Amino acid sequence: MSATSEGSGLGPFRRRFTWGRGGRPPIVATTICVILVIAALAGRNFITLAPDEVDFTAILTPPVWIEGGSWEHLLGTDQLGRDMLSRLVAGARISLLTACAAVIAGGTIGIALGLTAGYLGGLAEAVIMRVVDAFLALPFILMALAFVAALGTGVGNIIIVMVLTNWARYARLVRSEVVLIKQRDFVLLARVAGLNRRAIALRHILPNVLTSILVLAILDVGRAIILESSLSFLGLGIQPPDVSWGLTLAEGRTYMTVAWWLTLWPGVAIVLAVMSFNAVGEWLKARFDPRGQL
Amino acid sequence: MGRFILTRLWQTLITLLLLTVLIFILARLTGDPTPLVMPSEATDADRNFFRQQYGLDRPIHEQYVIFLRNALRGDFGISFRYREPAFGLVIAAIGPTLQLAGVSMLVAMMLGLPLGIVAALRPGSWIAAAVRAYASLGQAIPTFWSGLMLILFLSITLPIFPSSGYGGPENFVLPAVTLGFYASASIAMLTWANMTEALRSDFVQMERVLGIPPRLIVLKHALRNASLPIVTYLGLQFGLLLGGAVVTERVFAWPGVGQMLVDAILNRDYPVVQAAVMMTAVLFMMINLMVDLLYAVLDPRVSRS
Repeated sequence: MSATSEGSGLGPFRRRFTWGRGGRPPIVATTICVILVIAALAGRNFITLAPDEVDFTAILTPPVWIEGGSWEHLLGTDQLGRDMLSRLVAGARISLLTACAAVIAGGTIGIALGLTAGYLGGLAEAVIMRVVDAFLALPFILMALAFVAALGTGVGNIIIVMVLTNWARYARLVRSEVVLIKQRDFVLLARVAGLNRRAIALRHILPNVLTSILVLAILDVGRAIILESSLSFLGLGIQPPDVSWGLTLAEGRTYMTVAWWLTLWPGVAIVLAVMSFNAVGEWLKARFDPRGQL
Repeated sequence: MGRFILTRLWQTLITLLLLTVLIFILARLTGDPTPLVMPSEATDADRNFFRQQYGLDRPIHEQYVIFLRNALRGDFGISFRYREPAFGLVIAAIGPTLQLAGVSMLVAMMLGLPLGIVAALRPGSWIAAAVRAYASLGQAIPTFWSGLMLILFLSITLPIFPSSGYGGPENFVLPAVTLGFYASASIAMLTWANMTEALRSDFVQMERVLGIPPRLIVLKHALRNASLPIVTYLGLQFGLLLGGAVVTERVFAWPGVGQMLVDAILNRDYPVVQAAVMMTAVLFMMINLMVDLLYAVLDPRVSRS
């Protein structure tokens, strides 16, 4: 009893339902992304315990389903008796905030420079693209470390570091697309119609690049989360009293033998977040970028 | 062909030069290193002598020329911490990093290549779904976490492998698996894509029709056709492993460049930071250049486009 053979005989109304290009949308991943964003924006209203509330009577309490655990601390507490669930929610806030800030600011700079390079061509293009190459000449964690060495740590600096390591990929993508789009008829017509260059670039070329940028940006969120948590793990990212998944993991490392939950939960949070954003990004890529240029 | 090689060399050189400008600017952003280097009881005359010796009293563009000239001679200054030339310290640490990256590369190939091939042979099967899950997991798990989990299970709970140290082959196991697992994810996906394409090609279909044994078709003909982009990618991946090694080295206290770089940043030992970044950059770019040139030699279409 195949749906296809049944449908084909009964005209267009009983045609088998298909999801179209990209296949089934990643519902679970999208849900996790939404939950993370809500946790980042409004999580502080849901948790009853402050993430930095020290409680020396409840040091290293295990999660609730293990002997010695309590309902007060669902996922256990750390070496200072701070609630792990609260710290995860607070960490989501910092991780997503830095990732989004980095992606948006880096994307904007990259779009501006890529558009300039691609549309103007000539010397401007040569100069911008060589600078882009220099910024992409190192694996991104090494580049980030070089910037951290110069700028320092903390939330503000880490966002700047991530913008600096990020923008060049957008510039390269936008330039490569603009070079193709600017030869298409509607751009030539706009030029014949006497529009100035800025109007053509912003109103006619940019909208055609936005889809690719959006896909790259969503894929970038995962990368940014890994970068931030790696830097924080190394002690070169977010600094206490701010909370970050990578930092919580590094702090819990000393107690790994006695309290596995300190290193397990932040890791699970990172993996879930990165996998979900990647899955959404990959699906969008398959749907909107079948040529695979990203 | 010759033209392609020249262009590529020229591009690499320009990029490298710009990178030195970038590192120079970053180095200057950190401010005057004099107070960090000189003991607090040094006189003003001492400080001025130091500034003169390192050219810190000259205009900025002259300082850059001095920086570049010294860098070309491998002189990045004396490590503030170890009182030794920074260049020598970094050179000594490159060996362990390359060894770790090499062994990790082997692990990544042993995991990634078979998984990609198997997935390409059975599209739509549970094996393909499992490989996809493996790849998305591998790309999402940060190396510091997989490293710690391996230590937790295979070093603490079951004390089989050492959790840190350098020297014997047993020290390689956990760091190389950590780094190799991460790299194997993208290798599996790339192998999958290229094998699928090769299996679809006309000549493979033809061989099927001719009744050549499937094993022979896959291993000898399809794989050979899929191998060019895969080999190229392996080369690029090796360069990326140098970056991934930074975090892994930290987790396993591996005495490589990454560990040295992180220590140097934490201790504000800027000559070592500059030397480490510069040397890794040169290494990374050389690898990419060689991969590109090799690819152009093997596939003449590249240099013509």
